[in-house]
Amino acid sequence: MGESLYAVTTMPTARQPGCPFDPPAELTDARRHGPISRYTFPGGRPGWLITGYDLVRSVLAEPRFSSRKELMRHPTIDYGDIEIPPAPPGEFLLMDEPQHSRYRKPLISKFTVRRMRLLTERVERITADHLDAMEEAGPPADLVTAFAKPIPAIMICELLGVPYQDRGSFQEQVDSFMNGETSDEDLIAAYTATQDYLAGLVAAKRANPTDDVLSDLTDSDLTDEELKGIALILLAAGLDTTANMLALGTFALLRNPEQLAALRADPALADGAVEELLRYLSVAKTFMRTALEDVELGGQTIKAGSPVILSYHTANRDPERFADPHVLDLRRRDGGHLAFGHGIHQCLGQQLARVEMRVAFPALVDRFPTLRLAVPPEGVALRPETADIYGVKSLPVTWDA
Amino acid sequence: MRITVDAERCVGSGMCVLTVGEVFDQCQDDGKVIVLRPEPPAETQDAVREAVDLCPAAAIALSADRRP
Repeated sequence: MGESLYAVTTMPTARQPGCPFDPPAELTDARRHGPISRYTFPGGRPGWLITGYDLVRSVLAEPRFSSRKELMRHPTIDYGDIEIPPAPPGEFLLMDEPQHSRYRKPLISKFTVRRMRLLTERVERITADHLDAMEEAGPPADLVTAFAKPIPAIMICELLGVPYQDRGSFQEQVDSFMNGETSDEDLIAAYTATQDYLAGLVAAKRANPTDDVLSDLTDSDLTDEELKGIALILLAAGLDTTANMLALGTFALLRNPEQLAALRADPALADGAVEELLRYLSVAKTFMRTALEDVELGGQTIKAGSPVILSYHTANRDPERFADPHVLDLRRRDGGHLAFGHGIHQCLGQQLARVEMRVAFPALVDRFPTLRLAVPPEGVALRPETADIYGVKSLPVTWDA
Repeated sequence: MRITVDAERCVGSGMCVLTVGEVFDQCQDDGKVIVLRPEPPAETQDAVREAVDLCPAAAIALSADRRP
């Protein structure tokens, strides 16, 4: 059985032409052979690629699979045997317990379902303002800059307490972390600039607390260094993910006109539509884990120290979990997609993301009944598959003014 | 059906509240799960089972009603 196990030899760097919403064919093929495949990491280290829904979920729920940064191996780049430092203080996405809880615990009351729902009116206001601006400027527009980026950016910045005037430069830096096309040199420069900015922001909040999450956190035992790390991952997560969901989601709706029409006709479809777009697009598509000890998984033994690639977007297209998985069906009622992950690291900001998307998608399609692409679909510039977060670089749209 | 929760395990994802808000809530102070209806009404029980399945931290458990 182990002999015949499917092996993926290279991780794909692009999707099939004409299929901007589907995981690369190599990954879907791997899933067809089975939920777990062998994958040899650069430098010859044996590892695994998990594409099946149940197995991805069980790895995420399993504390014997670590998220620690210092244990991670890059899936496509050979960095040799260099020692990887542990995650900086506060960057709890790349930590295990008990360090992870030290940072997540004080945050969870700030992102509850109830608190996020209280932000609905604010999201509606910001969304309406941006739609007004689009309407006033007239067609065409780049939906990324006019709509998809600013709405989540304003929300996370207001929540955390990033001054409005600092938002633009900050967003560009975070974009360069996520777009998969930034040179190492520019990446380091952007990271340093962001670190410096956040250090200043934390100091300012400590000196003059305002009514926001970052100021609240200064009233705890967290150090400035830790607060800086927390702020970095909250901002990075809040800025880029929802922005890409909004833009890529609009692209997907425009390519599925009967689904778009259904959403426009029935606002009650919005909540389910958001869940389906999350499943179908899974923009945060790949995460890594490392086995801390030998673990039996899907009939295989994952040896201690082995790196494991979890393919969320392929798992969310698993035909054993979702009927007709490659069809965007806003009326789907399956639930349980893995777009926000699972286990202790499941997205902290997911309820904010839901509120933003539940407001923004219906408002957009409602405001512009003739919304359409302003370029042929194959002309829409996509992020490479190597980007941490998938999406479109820009989305030229037009409408009948 | 009787619901028990393990607040130590809870990571505050809010999936239970999102799925069946008449049965679950989150504590305002620490964001952790609160059970509003430990013996949920029959019409919510399918949704409660879904919430148990969706909980990312396996912090919710169900047991049968204890009958005298």
